[in-house]
Amino acid sequence: MLKYVKVGDWLTLMLGVLVTAWSFALLWHTDRAEKAIVRSGGKIVGEFPLAQDRTIPVQGPLGVSLIAIHQRRARVAQDPSPRQYCVKQGWLARQGEMAVCLPNQVSVELAGSKKLYDTLSY
Amino acid sequence: MQVSIATTAEDHRIARLAAFAIGLSVAEAVIPSPLPGVKPGLANIVTLVVLQQLGLRAAVWVSLLRVVAGSLILGTFLSPSFVLSLSGALVSLAVLAALHFLPTAWFGPVTFSIAAAYAHIAGQLAVVYLWLMPHVGLLYFVPVFAAAALLFGTVNGLAAARLLEDGGVP
Repeated sequence: MLKYVKVGDWLTLMLGVLVTAWSFALLWHTDRAEKAIVRSGGKIVGEFPLAQDRTIPVQGPLGVSLIAIHQRRARVAQDPSPRQYCVKQGWLARQGEMAVCLPNQVSVELAGSKKLYDTLSY
Repeated sequence: MQVSIATTAEDHRIARLAAFAIGLSVAEAVIPSPLPGVKPGLANIVTLVVLQQLGLRAAVWVSLLRVVAGSLILGTFLSPSFVLSLSGALVSLAVLAALHFLPTAWFGPVTFSIAAAYAHIAGQLAVVYLWLMPHVGLLYFVPVFAAAALLFGTVNGLAAARLLEDGGVP
């Protein structure tokens, strides 16, 4: 099989791999998450940069939810809601990811330096 | 009144080769594809072999006959899929014509095949964008098409090289 591939063909193959890899990198990349937007009852409690590790207590109708930021990721560490979905969701790392704690009405959303819009929110 | 056209042996040869290419197009039309436009392009093997053996003129004939007659058989003549097929073939042929002057000691069918595959998908995407779907969302699919072009371009090129080694086309 290899005897059919000449020197120039290897160059073409490499160029093809580069072009393809470059197109993936350029067109499929997502922007890095930069901050965590924390809401309570739909109102923004604060926007916290992911670069800084911290724990944020947020008061909701049921009690206090703890949002943790650690190594550029964020999660809900503790929540008084009965089903604990937002806690079980674990670490959020990419832009646009979100954990919502109900019925305590606390949410954390990761955002990049610029806000992305989808067709629903636009 | 009887009309007869004088045909040469060369005409018969091109018709026979175009028939091979048409057969391959029809056969691969049966293969299901996850994304419209991602297909092996086996007919290009014939174009590549003809280009090496009989030259550019014959390759253009075989390729365009394949597009027109293949679309008549598949029932897509003058439909968007025919226009896409034709635009892909034309851009491919243009690139093959340009690369035809590369030294054959260094560059074989694999280079021609990969270049033709990329040209084909580039031509098609340009037409899709300008005519059918002028939306940047199309860009999202470009990496998939590029990967498919690399894979199938390489495979078809190897097949063409093998055929040429065996003496090429009848």
